[in-house]
Amino acid sequence: MIELTALTKRYGKFTAVDGLSLTVPRGELFGFLGPNGAGKTTSLRMIAGILRPTSGVVRIGGVDVVKDPTAAKAKLGFIPDRPFIYEKLTGLEFLRFVAGLYEQDGPSVEHRARELLALFDLEEWRDELVESYSHGMRQKLIISSALVHRPEVIVVDEPMVGLDPKAARILKNLFREYVNRGNTIMMSTHALEVAESMCDRIGIVQAGKLRALGTMDELRASAATGTEGLETIFLRLTGENAARELVEVLNA
Amino acid sequence: MPDVAAMVDDELPNPALLHLLGPKWITARVRAMSGERGRAARFSILTVLGLLFWGFIFGMLYRMLVYFRGATDIGALLAGKLLGLMLVSFMSILLLSNIITALSSFFLARDLDMLVAAPVDWLRLYGAKLLETMVHSSWMIILLAVPMFSAYGVAYHGGWLFPLVVIATFLPFLIIPTVIGSAITLLLVNIFPARRTRDILSLIAVLAAAGLVLLFRVLRPEKLARPEGFRSLMDFIVLLRGPTSPMLPSEWVQQAVMGWLRGPDEPLAFYLLWSTAAASIVLGAVLHRALYARGFTKAQESAQTFARDGLVRKVIGAMLTPFGVRRRELVLKELRLFFRDTTQWSQLILLAVLIVVYVFNIKYLPLTGEGLTFFIVNIVPFLNLVLAGFVLASIAARFIFPGVSLEGRTFWLLRSSPMSMHDLLWAKYWVGTLPLLTLALLIVGSTNYLLKTSEFIMWVSLFTIVLLTFAIAGMAIGFGTLYPQFETENAAQIPTSFGGLLFMMASVGLIGGTIILEARPVYGYLSARVYNTETSATEMLVGFGLAATLCIASTIVPIRIALRRLETIERG
Repeated sequence: MIELTALTKRYGKFTAVDGLSLTVPRGELFGFLGPNGAGKTTSLRMIAGILRPTSGVVRIGGVDVVKDPTAAKAKLGFIPDRPFIYEKLTGLEFLRFVAGLYEQDGPSVEHRARELLALFDLEEWRDELVESYSHGMRQKLIISSALVHRPEVIVVDEPMVGLDPKAARILKNLFREYVNRGNTIMMSTHALEVAESMCDRIGIVQAGKLRALGTMDELRASAATGTEGLETIFLRLTGENAARELVEVLNA
Repeated sequence: MPDVAAMVDDELPNPALLHLLGPKWITARVRAMSGERGRAARFSILTVLGLLFWGFIFGMLYRMLVYFRGATDIGALLAGKLLGLMLVSFMSILLLSNIITALSSFFLARDLDMLVAAPVDWLRLYGAKLLETMVHSSWMIILLAVPMFSAYGVAYHGGWLFPLVVIATFLPFLIIPTVIGSAITLLLVNIFPARRTRDILSLIAVLAAAGLVLLFRVLRPEKLARPEGFRSLMDFIVLLRGPTSPMLPSEWVQQAVMGWLRGPDEPLAFYLLWSTAAASIVLGAVLHRALYARGFTKAQESAQTFARDGLVRKVIGAMLTPFGVRRRELVLKELRLFFRDTTQWSQLILLAVLIVVYVFNIKYLPLTGEGLTFFIVNIVPFLNLVLAGFVLASIAARFIFPGVSLEGRTFWLLRSSPMSMHDLLWAKYWVGTLPLLTLALLIVGSTNYLLKTSEFIMWVSLFTIVLLTFAIAGMAIGFGTLYPQFETENAAQIPTSFGGLLFMMASVGLIGGTIILEARPVYGYLSARVYNTETSATEMLVGFGLAATLCIASTIVPIRIALRRLETIERG
């Protein structure tokens, strides 16, 4: 469903994403991990069609995002890490607006919007301007906006930031149910326990390159960490030394 | 026994005032030194324009002061009075500007969370924020004051020490409204939530400005220039000798400056200025200590605001349905954002005042009486198009030019959706153009009616203003996209950017070009009417045809360029 082929993004001399190639099939929840500045957000924004790749190809459901952006984006819902929403729209108006960008309106959109607002406990706030929403409420609204037009693929950057435990649980169940129905999610996160418990496969990037890819068992095998959890694998693959040095500094 | 509290106090970190201002200073320095592309050209153009502006103010004032100097009895009095009037205006602007700026710097700035959470002494925080407020709200007045005081200094031979005298008087003059403005904001925030206060303040500011402009114009101050307005010269001199407002700092600055220039020296004015500035800082600090924590907490609360579409918007929604769901939602979004933002719609009040003043001026144009030929009576409405075009360009700069910039932070949503950028520009263009066109037709139609123009001029005016409106709106979208200000949150600041300046210059060029192209056929027609000759159809066709081509090209080309630019803009 999501195909990345030699995806590269350069900003002047700096290479943020360096020849990234991977495929996320239909019906998979894919976790995209990596240390800060590894190129996760840049990759996701290229997949969502916000940034143009310097080279390489992104395909959503077989459609090239650069060559046929409208068709590719029609299949996609994007949840950014630092979202800004129009402050002077109400929650319900925002969902209607997003559905409108996908040329969807009418009773089905109304029903779906209200359903999503109710699911995230925003029903009472639906006619309040977004400027009065808390950070967590905005995050819930953004997640709802990515689902309101029923996309086939969701690309999500740090979905759990700002969510309360109840909303986090709802989101986990929602994402699982969503992929069980044959849809696809590509998710970046720093919450390793979330990735471990939710994702079917995990890719770890560092310095713009894919360092490891596979299921939890496959990652354990490649990192030779026995039965250890994702945290140990992650640190082994991305810089255990740095973590050890940090502990030494704190102990000094 | 050692004072434990004092010891603990000594050990506590307490960053100095300069340290608190450090990030602002570094940001300003980096911005000034950055080697961004086109920066040198931008800087040069702004410098030249700034110098021209200074030269213009200095020249005007200098000529006036030299003229005053010639009138031995009342010259100095008039010069002093003029200075006092200018300073009173400065003080009103400073007070209003400080009230609004203090709301941002003391209560809404992004660095406040960090500063309030840090172990920063309240007095230093007050000092740092007061200085920040003063710089932000006073720089424009300082720029205006330079040519003003220079003209006084040169005209009255102030000598080398005169700049120091000006600094010594002007500095406390800037401090006093900063402290008073900040204190008023502090009180307001303690009464209303900060977001409400911002709305209220922007409305007050706009209403105050609109009221002043309207009052000034409706009073028709040009009537005061008539000598028959005064009973005797003595009445006039008595009026000039009396202080306008002895309790205002502007009067003290005027006394100190004129005292230095014309004698006798006025040490009391200096004393009053500095002692009032010092006392106001002390009182402001006391008020800050008592109320800031409470106000800051209140500023964090956001007022719940309920909103639902009214009948008008439902009707507009229904009318837009033939254009498709996406375009309908984009237009509705633009309307909602505009009419729910007090800082945006309140500008319409100023706009209305501007129009009233404009029509008022036209109404009182002396276009009747002896010596005024058919030719002059008809050429004035034609040239009126230049002024109307300039008014439209200013409105487009304020309302259409910022459109794309304001989408900067929502680019993620627009770019990740299957919407083409063409749709976005379509919505921005028509939401801006239709009201502008209505306004254009209203202005030109009503002024031409008041001027009693011929039918020919009426049609020429309407034809031209329609074409100009489409072109000005197209250029506003084009320049706004080519020079976006994605980081600026305040829409009112966007037109003052370099791109805004270029847009205004291009608009002036377009208006001038169109009028020049049409001048020949209009002149030909009017001459033919006066001398009873035939009008040349070719001349008409070529003149109006070229003007139309210029306007159509100015509409389409900038939008095309904007579209291409928008498709390549990346917001990481």
